[in-house]
Amino acid sequence: MSFVEYSEVVQEDDVVIVFLGHDAMMPVHVRSGAQTQTRYGAIRHSSDLIGRRFGSKVTCSKGGWVYVLHPTPELWTLNLPHRTQILYSTDIATITLMLDLKPGAVVCESGTGSGSLSHAILRTIAPTGHLHTVEFHTERAQKAREEFGRHRVGHLVTVRNQDVCRQGFGVEGVADAVFLDIPSPWEAIQHAKAAIKRQGGRVCSFSPCIEQVQQTCAALVASGLQELLTLEVLLRVHDVRSVTLPLPDFGPEDDQHTHTHTQPAPGNALVTVKTATPPREMAGHTGYLTFATKVRE
Amino acid sequence: MADNGDDIDAEYRIRDGDYVVLKRGDVYKAAQIQKKRKIVFEKQWFFLDNAVGQLYGTTFEIEAGGAMKPHSAKQDVSAADRDGKKAGTDNRNIVDDGKSQKLTRDDIETLKEQGLKGQEIVQQLIDNSTTFKDKTEFAQEKYIKKKKKKYDNNVTVLRPSTRILAMMYHGREPGKICHLRYDTLAQMLALGNIHAGSKVLVFETCAGLVLGAVMERMGGYGSVIQFYPGGGPTRAGMENFGFPPHFHQTLHEFPLCKVNALLAGRLEAEEGPEAAGEPQEEASSGAEVKEEAPEETQEMEVTAEGDESKEKERQERRRERKVYERKVKMEEKRKKLTATAALLEERHADGLVIASRFHPCPVLLGLLKFLAPSRPFVVYCQYREPLIECYTKLREQGGAISMRLTDSWLRQYQVLPNRTHPVLLMSGGGGYLLTGTTVATDTAKATTKQAKEEEPASKRIRLEEMDGASSNNSA
Repeated sequence: MSFVEYSEVVQEDDVVIVFLGHDAMMPVHVRSGAQTQTRYGAIRHSSDLIGRRFGSKVTCSKGGWVYVLHPTPELWTLNLPHRTQILYSTDIATITLMLDLKPGAVVCESGTGSGSLSHAILRTIAPTGHLHTVEFHTERAQKAREEFGRHRVGHLVTVRNQDVCRQGFGVEGVADAVFLDIPSPWEAIQHAKAAIKRQGGRVCSFSPCIEQVQQTCAALVASGLQELLTLEVLLRVHDVRSVTLPLPDFGPEDDQHTHTHTQPAPGNALVTVKTATPPREMAGHTGYLTFATKVRE
Repeated sequence: MADNGDDIDAEYRIRDGDYVVLKRGDVYKAAQIQKKRKIVFEKQWFFLDNAVGQLYGTTFEIEAGGAMKPHSAKQDVSAADRDGKKAGTDNRNIVDDGKSQKLTRDDIETLKEQGLKGQEIVQQLIDNSTTFKDKTEFAQEKYIKKKKKKYDNNVTVLRPSTRILAMMYHGREPGKICHLRYDTLAQMLALGNIHAGSKVLVFETCAGLVLGAVMERMGGYGSVIQFYPGGGPTRAGMENFGFPPHFHQTLHEFPLCKVNALLAGRLEAEEGPEAAGEPQEEASSGAEVKEEAPEETQEMEVTAEGDESKEKERQERRRERKVYERKVKMEEKRKKLTATAALLEERHADGLVIASRFHPCPVLLGLLKFLAPSRPFVVYCQYREPLIECYTKLREQGGAISMRLTDSWLRQYQVLPNRTHPVLLMSGGGGYLLTGTTVATDTAKATTKQAKEEEPASKRIRLEEMDGASSNNSA
């Protein structure tokens, strides 16, 4: 198991995702002899997890069953311990595409936060890229470091515990892309520009408020960055189900051909249709994504 | 522009034969750099010859005769830096009498013919507009922006990427990519967990754009197997990425019409008769063919000498060569097919991406069988209803969890001082996605587990031990 490489069977010290049912999952650190309690009873790691194929059904002590899944950045995003507000997969996907991330890319990120985006970046830039991530909160930085190690991606990432607005990213002229998710991104634009390669690269800033976006755009323009683009992406999850609609009763048909038809039983005729309904409520806003290009100096 | 010539920038220079993307305003066009090849883009024609040796990201001015000249630093007109700028506060005295522009259409055409640069024409238009100085500062800026868009003939040469090509296709030829919008493509790549080193199955009729996007994310590590309908895979969109040769070595193809045979384990059997059906005994092995053909051609050369029926012979020879070449090609294709079939037969692919004009249901149910358990799959469809059917069928069949039917909204913003708002026109729809994760289906092993559930605890443990899954069971 690694977040950047699939494997077939669960091994000691892996991090796996236990799937309990619709929208109910939990991350489990596999240790021989350990047990994990679920609503279906206990899972004994030695017998129920280690040596099992990813994707197989595991029966718990109370007789219920769960699936054991290989971790992916998307599953991790849904299961990680929150230390901060996090970015979700819809924004992450857009950021990854719009920053031109691919294997070999060197990326700077701040703040690290709970590492939701970090895992997706690492997945995409492995095996030859590198992530320089900056988190000014000491404890969060340390937690992120430990997590990267446990997920076997530590070799692809450097976590720096410093203030990006004052000290920058700790590297200069190396990055293909920079991502900012901090309260005052306009204060870090100069550092972002300095971190990017002399030949140019891409920048993205995530902000919840439009005033932050305005200040950021002003700073981007002042720094000579180009091709500014501000986007918002919203995901709708549709609920697939059958709905039954009753047919109205218009009374007996006044028609000479009626004898050829069989009249539907009035009052209780129903039609069932398969449909996908949009959610009654949905995440209406996460943040604005502002992209820009640093052109060669 | 620091142009110290030394080779540090070598990999950033445009070379002859490169696949590039041309950009003018918000409009993109993919092209290949070929000497003396005329390119038509946004009602202009030009030659890319002069772009060779320049750096990616360079903006060029189009000169008369279609030559390109690197555009020097900013001398652009903008309302802000115009000296002695005068602007009105509102439009109460601006009357639309259609006479505010003193230049006629003919005048503008003459200016163009004189070879005036876009910048200069815009300046002329401003100078000859009687209402310009009465417009508000914002209106002036808007006027300049609009005119610039029309008369500026600068073209930027960019290196292709999924972002640029997906935006290009969506803007220019959405029909060719089943109206797949770039944010939807972004979701597909992320939710499909596409990354280096995995083995990904792709079925698309999006001109090769989705295939290219997947290959870019794989970075030349791992393998991509493209299923194709009809006679061969479509890859024009993928070619536009200009991948290095080693990327192509990781790309395999398999005809969709042979999937059933492969699943039933009778692919080899089917290969035989089909080959025999070909003229000239295609059934013979590749080695034999190779030995045979050169001999034949040699013989031809001898007999052809001095013969009056030379022409006839030559024709014969040409025909023979054609047949031989086709034989070799067929043999190569067959070998490739066998190799790809072997990759698929293991049935542990790491991901499945579908985006086609075909009904997705049979495609998904067929190709899902090649996926290992605990792997993501992504199906794109322009319409929602076929995906509802996929969802329902897969629910009945089992083998997939976490299924979600989604679509995304994309909204773009204009961010300018005191003029920030959503862009007026937005895309109405970028298609729908069905995503999910495969799991092990209820095989014999699973059914014993199912049986376990009804049995008393003591027996359950014993059965589990028989399963062999528990070596050091604590119970």
